[in-house]
Amino acid sequence: MSTADAIPTIGLEVHLHLKTRTKLFCGCEVEYEARPNSRVCPVCLGMPGVLPVMNQKAVELAVRMALALECTIPELAKWDRKHYYYPDLPKNYQISEYDQPLGIGGSLEIPAVRPVWAEGGMKRVGIIRVHLEEDAGKLMHAEKGGNYSVVDLNRAGTPLLEVVSEPDLASAEEARAYAEALRQLAVYLGVGDCNMQLGQMRFEPNVSLRIGTDGQGRPRYTPISEIKNLNSFRSVERAVAFEIARHREEYEADPTGYTLERLGKETRGWRDDEGISFLQRSKEEAHDYRYFPEPDLAPFVPDRAWVEAIRASVPELPEKRRRRFIEAYGLPEYDAGVLTADRCVADFYEDVARRAKDPKAVSNWMMQDVMRVLNERKIGIGELEMTAAGLAELIGLVKKGSINRSTGAEVFQKMLATGQSAPEIVAEENLAQVGDAGEIEAMVEKVLAANSRTVEDYRGGKKAALGRLIGETMKASGGKADPQVVREILIRKLGE
Amino acid sequence: MPPTNQTACEIREAIRRRRLSATEAATSALAAIERLDPAIHAFLSVDAEGARRQAAEVDRRLAAGEDPGLLAGVPVAIKDNLCTRDGQATTCGSRILEGWRAPYDAHVVERLRAEGAVVVGKTNLDEFAMGSSTENSAFGATRNPWNTACVPGGSSGGSAAAVAARMVPVALGSDTGGSIRQPASLCGVVGLKPTYGRVSRYGLVAFASSLDQIGPFGRTVADAALLLQAIAGHDERDSTSVDRAAPDYLAGLEEPVRALRIGVPREFFGEGLDGEVEKAVREALGVYERLGARLIEVDLPHATDYAIATYYLVAPSEASSNLARYDGVHYGRRAPEYSDMIDMYMRSRSEGFGDEVKRRIMIGTYALSAGYYEAYYKKALEVRRLIRRDFERAFEKVDCLMGPTSPTAAFRLGEKTADPLSMYLMDIYTVGCSMAGIAGISIPCGFTKAGLPVGLQILSDVFTEERLLRIARMYEREVAWSARVPGGSSKGGP
Repeated sequence: MSTADAIPTIGLEVHLHLKTRTKLFCGCEVEYEARPNSRVCPVCLGMPGVLPVMNQKAVELAVRMALALECTIPELAKWDRKHYYYPDLPKNYQISEYDQPLGIGGSLEIPAVRPVWAEGGMKRVGIIRVHLEEDAGKLMHAEKGGNYSVVDLNRAGTPLLEVVSEPDLASAEEARAYAEALRQLAVYLGVGDCNMQLGQMRFEPNVSLRIGTDGQGRPRYTPISEIKNLNSFRSVERAVAFEIARHREEYEADPTGYTLERLGKETRGWRDDEGISFLQRSKEEAHDYRYFPEPDLAPFVPDRAWVEAIRASVPELPEKRRRRFIEAYGLPEYDAGVLTADRCVADFYEDVARRAKDPKAVSNWMMQDVMRVLNERKIGIGELEMTAAGLAELIGLVKKGSINRSTGAEVFQKMLATGQSAPEIVAEENLAQVGDAGEIEAMVEKVLAANSRTVEDYRGGKKAALGRLIGETMKASGGKADPQVVREILIRKLGE
Repeated sequence: MPPTNQTACEIREAIRRRRLSATEAATSALAAIERLDPAIHAFLSVDAEGARRQAAEVDRRLAAGEDPGLLAGVPVAIKDNLCTRDGQATTCGSRILEGWRAPYDAHVVERLRAEGAVVVGKTNLDEFAMGSSTENSAFGATRNPWNTACVPGGSSGGSAAAVAARMVPVALGSDTGGSIRQPASLCGVVGLKPTYGRVSRYGLVAFASSLDQIGPFGRTVADAALLLQAIAGHDERDSTSVDRAAPDYLAGLEEPVRALRIGVPREFFGEGLDGEVEKAVREALGVYERLGARLIEVDLPHATDYAIATYYLVAPSEASSNLARYDGVHYGRRAPEYSDMIDMYMRSRSEGFGDEVKRRIMIGTYALSAGYYEAYYKKALEVRRLIRRDFERAFEKVDCLMGPTSPTAAFRLGEKTADPLSMYLMDIYTVGCSMAGIAGISIPCGFTKAGLPVGLQILSDVFTEERLLRIARMYEREVAWSARVPGGSSKGGP
């Protein structure tokens, strides 16, 4: 069996910080850029005698995410202690969920990267589980020569959601697409900000290759490599691609030895600057975390009505909405993708579209005018000084021919600058389109008289001369004439 | 009568009536400690200055006509596994926490201070509350006031001895498998372990989280009730503390329980029970019979036979986890020399923990390890359910259970240190109650010929402390054991 037929089998464990004001078990603020060890208390420092108290908001956000991932919320979930010694973990155990997590068996649809495995351009990725746990602090090692490390425990106890996918992903690109979709979902739901720079989202891909079958017809796999602690989409894609290639090489060098059966699961690190992974722990060195039920916290027995209330509050998810925009509004795929990437932008778009009753035109305005301003100023739609009603009114003016599209773009900028409404600006600056054909005809005649050389050029076959004549006429109208009408009249006159 | 011979109820009353000042009471307690503690070593630290300051504040409140609180001016000793932010160390009797000062008060300490109690010092204990003799303290053993060649029991041996020796009228201890009741029995005082969840554990340094519970020591049932009144109730900082109002434990204390049905577990009178202890306990049961109670023999098949084995899986497992944080990194003792991080962990823990603590960490680590978890910890939890059911069934037929607290009276220092198993068996009658999470009390019920106290254990269902105290008080009214003074005349008796 050659590795040419190998199918990458990739699963992803994703950790993301939940958007809570306070930590998971104490009242300390979650604050990313505070002075080291200034957001700590006896509880998150793991001092003798302290006890954890569950942050209900964190549980709610976790359930919200689990529901959006179509997970089942069980009758009972419990908390467990996971033990390992490291100076960034004050209690030397992490409160997590081991065998009864709060969300089980869901899925997430992502845009298919390799249509061969997709149906209708989409791919469904299974979700094994969603659970809540606490983050650790940060350990910083002394510069070269120093023989000490320092620890900042501001992050210790920050609520962390772990989402574990089925090994349904089949390429590095797909792993990235899944990670991106998960981020979009979390942000959409208000579950997390997922700011990569602040370390609010981290990834651990598991990579193995399925290579044909063994003697008994069972699928044969290369060992599972778990790559720890990746913190960007790019590193996910690169690390997975690297692992796939490495597995191919290892397998080709030793087809009988390099198997899951023999080597099990190994843990690897990733050097982003060099673009290589390295072995951290083999199967034999695997940690025994000595999980056991956390005796300081009562099991989580969700109230069904509460769960249903959260379910009802889950908004339409980005992927579903994107498809609806394409189907219901006739938008191009790309535009639908841009408009649904941010829930607030999508809400704004739909609000304007409903008012202006022209979804395609509104999409055009969103893509050309609104998004450009947001990108240039690096602001969110909420900070745009324009209401959906205001924009709809402007689009209405263009639609009924009061002003032309390019004047509309200027009015849009003036609305942002002055806060005035579109009709106010149009009236004040006398921008209303010159719609009267007689008036335009008079202007055309003047232009033709003044540009006899150009007219001759046109009649002599230089069709490009028409553009110049249109431009001259528009200039004469102060930009207020409808360019389409100008064009028609010009062609008629020149043909006479 | 010098104030230290007074009970907490008497001191409180005298202070409220301005016949005694809180400062006088504190001074008297501090003097008693100074005079008596060198021979007993009940205290790990004494906060004379702090005690005087707190007492002065109570006196000021009284003078200003303010409510001085339920425990106005009562001197209290605190087991040294309860956090206090008064500048006294909280050591848990361990080298690893030597000199560690807690930045906060435990919930119970906050409650005591709010009620006007005067915290005079922190008492000795077996390291991290692991032991039955207080010999496992890194700072030296405590001695039994009735015979200083004997142990006071443990792990709250310091608190029990401090109350028995009349250095303080009341003290707080913690009970995980008998650590309040057993030393109360060996020191001839009253010790109550409340229902699991009745008292907040916030600020109690955890040994076994699903078993630990804080409770009072006093020379009388009323004093235990008074202290419980101050500390019982819900606390949001402890998710296992039950949101259920505490009743008035003192109001009906003198009312006997009518038609009392006492369960006498056959298993509490089996092999290993000392003859003198059995005799004293049976006589106490006779007193109850004379008061109109009915004795009913009951069976607790799991609660005795399997209790010790189960306890020694559950408690060490939780301990191995709870004690993981003592690693020399963030606080507490760090080994002075080490080569790298792992070496620092190993040396700090090897040097910082005593043998018994290490033994239990190892048992617990083993029991929680992959491949053993199912056979040990999980199995133990299943047996724990059976133990709980034993008690539930018993309480369908009886109001309480009675038997000896400890199979023997106080033993000599060093007698059992070489044989951990024989030490573990000292808790054979007390662990069942802890495993079931029910309430239990030990009250004095006589003395051996050698003059050592014997304790009667009374167990009752969850959240029935009010009735349990009344049951204990019924007997106490009939006898005068608590009038005996260690080292003094033997005038007490039925």
